[in-house]
Amino acid sequence: MLWLRTWRLGIKSLALHPLRTGLTMLGIMIGVWAVIVLTAISQGASEQVQKQIESLGSTTIIVRSQKPPDDKLAGARAAKYGLLRGDLDQILSNVPTIRTAIPIREIRRQFTYRDRLVDGRLVGCTSAYAQINHLKIRNNGGRFLSDADELKSDTVCVISAGVAERLFPFEEPLGKRVTIPEHTDKYKIVGVLEHRNPSAAIGGSLDSQDFSADVYIPMKTLRKRIGDTIVTRRSGQFQLEIMELNQITLQANSQEQVRMSAAMIEDILDRNHSELNDTVVVVPLELLEQARNMKLMFLGIGILIACISLVVGGIGIMNIMLASVTERTREIGIRRALGAKQQDITRQFLAETIVLSFAGAMMGIVIGLLSLPMYRAGIWGVQTTMPDKFAALPQAIREAEPSIVLWTIPLAVAIAVGVGLVSGLYPATRAAKMNPIEALRHE
Amino acid sequence: MSMAEASRSAGSPDNSSPGGSPKLATSIRDLTKEYVLKSETVRALRGVSFDVPEGDYVAIMGPSGSGKSTLLNLLGCLDQPTSGSLLLGSDDIAEMTDDQLAEIRSQRIGFVFQSYNLIQQLSVVENIQVPLYYQGRLGSDERRRAVALAERVGLGERLDHRPTQLSGGQQQRVAIARSLVNDPFFVLADEPTGNLDSVTTDEILEIFDQLNAEGRTIILVTHEDDVSERAKRVVRLKDGRLHTDELVSDERRQAARAAQKMAVQELLERE
Repeated sequence: MLWLRTWRLGIKSLALHPLRTGLTMLGIMIGVWAVIVLTAISQGASEQVQKQIESLGSTTIIVRSQKPPDDKLAGARAAKYGLLRGDLDQILSNVPTIRTAIPIREIRRQFTYRDRLVDGRLVGCTSAYAQINHLKIRNNGGRFLSDADELKSDTVCVISAGVAERLFPFEEPLGKRVTIPEHTDKYKIVGVLEHRNPSAAIGGSLDSQDFSADVYIPMKTLRKRIGDTIVTRRSGQFQLEIMELNQITLQANSQEQVRMSAAMIEDILDRNHSELNDTVVVVPLELLEQARNMKLMFLGIGILIACISLVVGGIGIMNIMLASVTERTREIGIRRALGAKQQDITRQFLAETIVLSFAGAMMGIVIGLLSLPMYRAGIWGVQTTMPDKFAALPQAIREAEPSIVLWTIPLAVAIAVGVGLVSGLYPATRAAKMNPIEALRHE
Repeated sequence: MSMAEASRSAGSPDNSSPGGSPKLATSIRDLTKEYVLKSETVRALRGVSFDVPEGDYVAIMGPSGSGKSTLLNLLGCLDQPTSGSLLLGSDDIAEMTDDQLAEIRSQRIGFVFQSYNLIQQLSVVENIQVPLYYQGRLGSDERRRAVALAERVGLGERLDHRPTQLSGGQQQRVAIARSLVNDPFFVLADEPTGNLDSVTTDEILEIFDQLNAEGRTIILVTHEDDVSERAKRVVRLKDGRLHTDELVSDERRQAARAAQKMAVQELLERE
C-alpha cells in the first residue's frame, strides 16, 4: 500500500515535467533497444552458421583434398595431388572407431538433356552418402544409388532438385538419360532428390557448399568411365589435374570417439602426404564448438555495447534527479517537517528513478520487438522493388534473419532498472540527508 | 485568574499541585541551543523554561536574533537542543534519533507555515493527508477525515484543486486543515498571516480562535502585535532568554478582535 502510493507519487512528480521525463527515458529506451536488437542480429547470424555446421553431422569427420601451393606443383605436366584410395584403405584398417566411410570424387561438368544444358558437379559416391547427408528422395522420385549399382558399375545417376528443375522443366526425369558432353556416356536417372540446404564451408573456402546442381553416380562407375585425370579447358589453355578422391566422409561410432579418430586419421595422412601437404581434416563438431564460442562472443560484444548506452542513460537519470532534488529542496523540507523519515525521502526519489528506467525499458522492449518486423518489411521492400540490386548483396545480408534472444529482454530490463537504481541512489540519499530546517527555508 | 493560568504563567516545574493542573502540551526546561557559524559559536538560546498546558494559545514574540526561530525549530522537533529538555508528553526530544523525531512530528505536531508550504503536485485532500501518510495510515477513514477537515476550513468545494489554483488565504486554510489531521499535541504556527492581507489575516485568526475555543493548543510565532493580542498569553524572548511571559486579559483580546473586525469592515466598505 505504501509502495503503491510511492509509485503513484513518483509518476505524478514525473508527469509534472513530461518533456524532461521523456528525454531522460529516451536514454534508457535506446539502451534496451540496443540490447535486444544487437543480440538478435548476432543470434540470427550464428544460428545460420550453426545450422549449416549441424547439417554436416556431429559424428562426422571430413577429409578433403586441397590444392598445394603452386610452387610445389611447378614443373609437373599435370597437377597430381590429393587423397588416394590407399588412404581410405589405411584408415579403414587402422582406425577401428570408424563406422562408415564414403569416398567422394567431385568434378565440374556440364549435363545435357536434349537441347537443355546445366553447369553442375558430377559427384562419385557410394550408397551410404544419402544417409549420412540426410538426403531425401523426392516423392515418387525413385531411389538413391545402391550397392548393386556400385558393384556392376552401372551408368546410372541420381540428380539433385536443381538439375531436375533445369533439365526437365516439363518432363518426368525418371528413366531419362543425361549426357555429359566431355565423356559421351549417357547416365540413366534412377532417382531425384529433394532440395538440399547449403552446408558450412570446409577446407579453406569461405562460401558455404551449394548442392543444387549435383549429379550423383556410383564411385566405381566414375573411376572406370572417367578416371582420375581431368582435363579442363580454361581460357584456351588445357589444365591437367590428377586426383583419386576429393573427399572422404567418415563417421565415428560415437561423438566421444570423434576427436580421437580424427587425430589417428591425421597421423595417417601426415605420413602419406608429408611432401605436398595436400589434405585437410575437418571435424564439424569442432567447428560447431567454435561457432558456439563465436556466438557467445558476439552476444557479449552486443550486450557490452548496449550496456554502454544504458550507462549513458543512467548518467542522464542521475543528472535529472540531481537537478530535481535541488529544485524540490523545499518539498523535501515540507515532507520532513510533516513526519517523513530519511528513508521515506530516499524511497520517494528511488521510486522516481525506477519508474523512469522501467518505463524507458518497456518502451525499449516495444520498439525492439517492433524493429524485427520492420527489418523484415524493409528487406522485403528492397527484394520486391529492386530484385537485381538485392541479388547483388552479399549472402550474409540477404539471408540474415535476426532472431530475438528472449532472455535478453529480462536481462535488459534488469540492467536498466539496476542502472536507474544506482544512478538514483546518490541523488536520493543527498535529498534525504538534507537538513529539514534549511530545506524549508530554501526558495 | 484561575489556578491553571496562574501555574502556567509561573512556569513552575510542579504541575501536579492540588487544584488539578491540566495536562501539559509541552514543557521546556533550561533550553539552550548553540550553533557554530564560521568557527564562531552563536548562543541562540541561553536557558529558556516555560510550560504550555493543553488548551493554551501562546504567541511567541521577539525581535530578530532573539532566538525565536530557534525555539520554533525546537518546538517543531526539527532540531535538537544543546542542553536542557523539551518534553512532548513524556518524551524528551533531546534524546531522540532522527527517525524518532520524524515520528513525533507526524503524530504530535501540526505545522502551519508563513508561506503555506503545500506540496504542488498533490491536491487539497492529498495535502491534508500527508502527515497521516508518513504514519503509514492510508485507509478510507483517513481520507474521510481529510475531507471533513477541508470542509471545516471552508474548502469542501475544492477538494481536488491543486495549490496553484488557490488563493493565499485558501492555501493557508488547507495548511491549517493539514495541521489538524493528526490530532496533534499543539498547532505550531510560524507567522501564519505574514503573507496575507488584513482581511484574510482576520479570517485565519478567526479559525485559530475557534480551534482554541474547542480546546486546541496553539503556539504561534509572530512579530505583529495585532496577531499576538488575540492569543491568551504572550511570551517574549530577548537575547536568547525569556523576557516576559504575560497573560492577555479576555477584555483586551475581545477589544483587539473587535478593533480588527472594524478595520476589516471599513476596508471592505471603502472598496
